[in-house]
Formats: sequence, C-alpha cells, structure tokens
Amino acid sequence: MFSYYLRLAWISIIKHWGLSLVMITAIGLGIGASMTTVTVNYLMSANPIPHKSSVLYNVQLDSWDINEPANDDGSPPEQLTYRDATYLMSAKKAFRQNIQAQAHSVIEPEGDGALPFMVSARANSASFFSMFDLPFIYGSGWDQSADDNKEQVVVLSSEINQRVFGGEDSVGKSIKIGGNYFKVVGVIDYWNPTPKFYDISTGAFDDSEEIFVPFSLIAEEKINRSGNTSCWKPPGDGFQAFLNSECVWLQFWVELPNEQAKEEYLSFLNAYVEEQKALGRFERPLNNRLNNVMQWLEQQQIVSDDAVMMMTMSFMFLVVCLLNTVGLLLAKFIGKAPEIGLRQALGASRRTLFSQYIIESGCIGVAGGLLGLLFAWLGLQGIESLYGDMLKGLTGLDTTMIVSAIVLAVITSIIAGLYPTWRACNVQPSQQLKSQ
Amino acid sequence: MQELGLIFRALLRNKVGALLISLQIALTLTIMVNAIFMMQERSAQMQRSSGLDEANLFHLSNTIFAQEYNQPVNLENDLALLRQTDGVVDAIQINAIPISGGGWSMGLKTEPGDDISSTGVAVYMVDDHAINTLGLELIAGENFSPTDVEWRPSGKNSWPAKTIITQAMAEALFPDDWQSAIGATAYINNNEPLLITGIVKSLQAPWNGWDGVERSMLVPYKMESSGSRFMIRTQPGRRDELMPIIEKLLSESNKGRIIRRVTTMDETRERSYRGHNAVNKILSSVIVVLTLITGFGIVGLAMFSINRRTKQIGTRRALGATQWQIMSFFMIENLMISSFGIILGVAGAVSLNIWLVSTFSLSPININLILFGIVALYIIGQISVLYPARKAAMISPATATRTA
Repeated sequence: MFSYYLRLAWISIIKHWGLSLVMITAIGLGIGASMTTVTVNYLMSANPIPHKSSVLYNVQLDSWDINEPANDDGSPPEQLTYRDATYLMSAKKAFRQNIQAQAHSVIEPEGDGALPFMVSARANSASFFSMFDLPFIYGSGWDQSADDNKEQVVVLSSEINQRVFGGEDSVGKSIKIGGNYFKVVGVIDYWNPTPKFYDISTGAFDDSEEIFVPFSLIAEEKINRSGNTSCWKPPGDGFQAFLNSECVWLQFWVELPNEQAKEEYLSFLNAYVEEQKALGRFERPLNNRLNNVMQWLEQQQIVSDDAVMMMTMSFMFLVVCLLNTVGLLLAKFIGKAPEIGLRQALGASRRTLFSQYIIESGCIGVAGGLLGLLFAWLGLQGIESLYGDMLKGLTGLDTTMIVSAIVLAVITSIIAGLYPTWRACNVQPSQQLKSQ
Repeated sequence: MQELGLIFRALLRNKVGALLISLQIALTLTIMVNAIFMMQERSAQMQRSSGLDEANLFHLSNTIFAQEYNQPVNLENDLALLRQTDGVVDAIQINAIPISGGGWSMGLKTEPGDDISSTGVAVYMVDDHAINTLGLELIAGENFSPTDVEWRPSGKNSWPAKTIITQAMAEALFPDDWQSAIGATAYINNNEPLLITGIVKSLQAPWNGWDGVERSMLVPYKMESSGSRFMIRTQPGRRDELMPIIEKLLSESNKGRIIRRVTTMDETRERSYRGHNAVNKILSSVIVVLTLITGFGIVGLAMFSINRRTKQIGTRRALGATQWQIMSFFMIENLMISSFGIILGVAGAVSLNIWLVSTFSLSPININLILFGIVALYIIGQISVLYPARKAAMISPATATRTA
C-alpha cells in the first residue's frame, strides 16, 4: 500500500505544483535558516577533546584586588599570576599539571634568500603533549628534565616543518628562533581544537600555535611572552618585577582522574590560598575554581550572543514557515473534499485516508528537508563569506547535521500535516456526494 | 458598516485559516521589529567617527629580532625616512591601532589614592607628530613639544609628565566643566601625576564594543620594545600607491627587523565591524524572506477561500454586487485578520524585546519602530490580498447558475 500512497502523493503534488512548490520552499527556507544557525551554535559549543574533557581541569584562583572583583559576576580572573602558577607547578599535587602562556618569536631559516618570519608560539611545560594528546608525526614532546634544565628544545607544527625543513624528519636538527638555536624534538600533525579550550584568552576560535617551547625559557627571556595580560597593581620596573607582580597572564591545567582527586586538589588550592593570605595576598574571600573542559567553556560563554540571538530568530522563522505550510495543506486537503467523499463512499476507511494524506505531508517534508539542506549549505557559505576567518572551522555541515535536518523537516511537516489531514478525514461523504 | 458585521461573521466560519494567517502576521511583526531594532543599534555603532583621517591612513608592524639593534637610532632614522618620503604627510610610532581590537588600557582619577575608583582609558604612546599624523582635532590646550617626548625602555612602568585626552575622557573626569581639565592633574597607577595639557575632539579606543570607546589618552613616549607599530598618513588619494613603496623602503633600510601587516585603516575598520556587518546582512535577508513567505501565505489562503466561495460570489454578483464590493469584501477581511495578528504581534515583539534586553543587555525598543512594523504589515497584507481579491471580482455572475 505504501508505494501506492507514494504514487498518489506524487500525483497530487504534481497536480498542484504551484501550491506544493510554495510549501516545499517554505519548509526548505525554515529548515535551512534553522540548520544554519544551529550548526554555528553546535560547532561553537562542540567538545574539543571528547575522550578527556571530563578529567582536564582549568584552575582559577582569586588573587584579585580587594576593592573590586576581577569580573562583574564575582568570578575569579581567567588566568593566573606567574608566582601562583609556578608554585602549583612545582607542588605537583595533581596527576598531571601544565603551565602555559602565549609567546611569539622570529624564525630565521638557514640558506640564502630565506627570509626571517614571525611565528606564534606556546610556552608550556612537558606534560602539555600528553595531557592534550597531541598527534606526533616525528619525535615526541620534551621531558621534564628539559623543563628543569631550561633546554632550548622545540616542537614544530607540520606547516613550520614544511616551511623550514621541507617536510622531512627534522628531529635532532637545530633551528634559529629569536636569535637562539633550538633543537627540534618533535613535529606534530595538524592539531587545531575548536574551541581552543586550553587558552581562550585572546579568542576561543583562534588557531593553535606554530611552535611549542619549554615554559622555563620565558623567565630566561629566550622567548617573548604575549597574549592577554591584566594587572590590578602596577607591576613595577623590569621583567623580574613583572614576574613577581599581581598580573595574570598564564593558563594552568591539571589532569585529575576522578572526583576524589578533584576534591583533594581543590582543598590543596584552598590551603595554598589561606597560606598566601597570611602573607597579605589573596585579600578577597576564598573563591578558587576547578572546571573541566566543558564546564570551563560554558562558564566562559564562548557561544556568542549573536549566535544565540540568530538561532532564536531562526526558530521563530521556522515556525512561520510551518504555520504557512499548515495553512496551505489545509487549503489543499479541504479542496479535495469531493474526492475524499467519493473515496469514502467507495469504502476507503478513515485510516487509509489518514495514512495517505500523512504520507503526502511527509513527502513534502522530505522534499523541503532536502531543499533545506541546500539552503543550509548556502547559508553557511554566506556566513563564511561574511565573517571570513572570524568563524573559521564553524561553518561545515557534518553527517549529524545532515541527518538532523532531514529528520527535523519530516517531523515538522508531519506535525504540520496532522490537522489538515484530520480535517480531510472528517469530510462527510453524503454532503460531498450531494453536491456532485 | 453593516457589511463589517457580515464579513466578520463569515470570517468566524473559517476560523482556522484566519488564525493561521494571524499567527504568521504576529510572528513576522515580532521578528521584523526586533531585527530592525538590532540592526539600528549596530548601524549606530558603526557610524561613530573614530576621530582619525581614516581614508589616508595606513599602519604596519615593526618587529625587531636582531640581537644587536640600536633602537633609539633606528627609530629616529625610520621616522625621518618616512616623514621625508614624497607623498607622506606625517608618520609616528604607536603602541596600538584605534578600533583594531588590541591595545593597552589604564585607569585615571582626579585624586591620588588606592581606594578611589578610576575611569578606564585607552593609552596611546606617541610623539609630538601624533595629532598631525592621525588627523585629530585639538580643541583645547596645546600639542606636546618635542622635548616632552621621553624614551620608554622595555619593561619600565613609569609615566611621563603630560597627557592629551579626548573630550569624552575630560567629561568623564570633570563632569561639571570638561574644559577645566586643561591644566588639571590626573593620577595614573593610583598616585603618579599626569598634567593634562590638551584635549582632542575624538579618538576611539582599540575596542569597539567597550562602553568607554570614546575615552583615550595620548602620552609622549617613544617605545624601546621589540614590537611596535607605525602609522602613516599620506596625501589624499596616494595611500595605495605609497603602501608597497614604504614597505620596501623600511624592509630594505634595516634587515634586523620584519615589516609586516601593512594595513589600511579602512581595512581595520572593516575587520573591526565585520561581525556587526554580517549580523545586519543576515537580519535584513531574514526580514525580506519572512515578508515574502507571509505574503505568499496570505495569497494562498485567500485563493483557497475564494475558490470555496466561487458560487457564493457568483450569486452575490448576480444579485447586483459590484466588482468593487467583492474586492473590498476580501480586503476588509484581510484587514480584520491582520488587525488580530498585529495585536498579537505587538505583544510578541515587546516580549521578545524584554527577553533580549534581559538576556543580552540590549536597550529597550522604541515605540516608533513598533508603529512602523504595524503599518508595514497592514500594507503587506493589503498588497498580498490584492491579486486574489481581483480574481474574485472577475468571477462572473453566471457562475451562480452552474453546479459545483
């Protein structure tokens, strides 16, 4: 019977092609607009490291000014001071811990005619690579002794390895960075978590860094630090004074395998802050935080207001499109009252009529959904061209989105078809036949 | 008037269709009014003047990497070279580019002390050529003199003796009389004094979304740091021609640094407001498409109800109703449906706005916009119903005599 109903639906859609086209376009536009905005929101709030996000924790300590909180909502600063982060690093109270900061430098490639160029760098401790599971092509990260001995070692991204060494295995070779020679210990494959959860201070959708060097080289001034820096007290003159200041500019992450480890680590943090209070620091009430990756991204509200507003608007838009479809289906089905009456008189049950018209609505839904996918794809292209690299990596349609678009289209169009179908099934055959 | 009751009673017999159209009109009004409102807010932000002579300005970044690099000498050479170049009006070294997104901020207060709250201000470190280079308008006091300009070694955190601030900053510090700022002392870092010697009309901070975007200060400093920026103002119309020339000139004059990101101020503005621009374009397409869909919905349902009433209409025509009477029947019917939708829509628009205000801290909507939305939807309704109504009016009286 199903294929028969499909054929009937086809005939009916073709016969009223104008009306059908308007309905399919309306559903398509509604689905397209919603899927476009849902995709952007979905990718903005995606889990950048799904297999580990629940055991990686960002550390926040409230080292801020007693007179005013770091943020209006009373939450502690997003980053740590050098004093606090290096202490937590040396205390080694977590399963793994990582101190990191943004940096930049200039690479001077060997050879004639090769021009020096700027690179973005991350200064991090050895555990960075294992904590965040970086994919290595050649070599590996450095070990803790390299951190301790302030060795000039570097991990390169594959692009930089391509540019400087032509893509070959460069482990063991040296490279001139910021006027000093660094030994290459590893080359990573493409790695660009979106959102860039491990450091969102200058943008949650920034690219990951081009080179990675030991954090201990920052204090040696072998690499220039950069990135977001906030101070509530004047830092004083000179780099040493800056390192001892109340300026926050470091990201600190710990890996804690279970809830108990988390509790213990939080008590350790609280004890540390209590200790510091005795030294006249941390004058604000105790307000330390440990958030895992998704809690951290949630707290930092990295899904932009614009994206949420657009999504709200697009769902309202979808509702308008559906109301439109309900109205037009109603018009169409009621227009068929004589035909329905005739079929009923010839013995068609309400059930068969109901299935027939629901299938017709479903077909319109599928067509609308397919058209909606096309619109969503166009919409994402449009968004990409409007925003450029601001939304890089946030405008791709994946299988989940494609399937949800079709499912959403079919479900909504069947819902839209319910009332008109019900009305169609309630046609009184006697009345219809009389007027024939 | 008697007709109105008639149309209304006829309408009640087809409640669902009318209700569907009303709801569409209501939602369209809700979305339209709020979308236009959001667009207006963004456009207003985008139209603020940065205070700069944007059309003739470009900037570049100068990154020093050589180990032995005599910064004071090289900077003087660079600036002299730039200022002598044919077609260049003036040039400066600066620590941050207005509206670019990245910069330096501090707090100023009119009395020293740790426990007094300060007013946030964007800091631009420049020399005495800044006003001429940026194209600022000095409205009170005087420019820095060359002897005011000090060297700021990397990592040093003191402040010079003088500052020039924007009018908005002067108003924030001295709300009673902003001109009294001239000659007054402001305190930075809680207790380091700065004499205010000049006020410029406007100069925007690097952050366009900041509520203090008009509050900036100039301090007379030359920076001895490995990364800084140059801003260059050219004679009108010569910017694009000079950009590559200057990039080459600087790159070749000293190999111990990298010249990069040679960017016009126009491009900086475009990047800065790209998000705003994108939202506005998306919202305007939403409004257009929504209006079309609602319009088509009205056409579709009106056609349907006319088809159903063909015989009735024929009968009325046979009994002497004029074509105009038939047309006005459907137009008045649409007016009634629209009115119901508009009442719902105004409530919806206000509620959505209340939600937007509370969730995203937007400002409340203004009443004119709602009035505009109401008029717009009545017009859309009437235009959409015009074609079906005309078709209805064309139905011949003879239809009354035919069956079905």
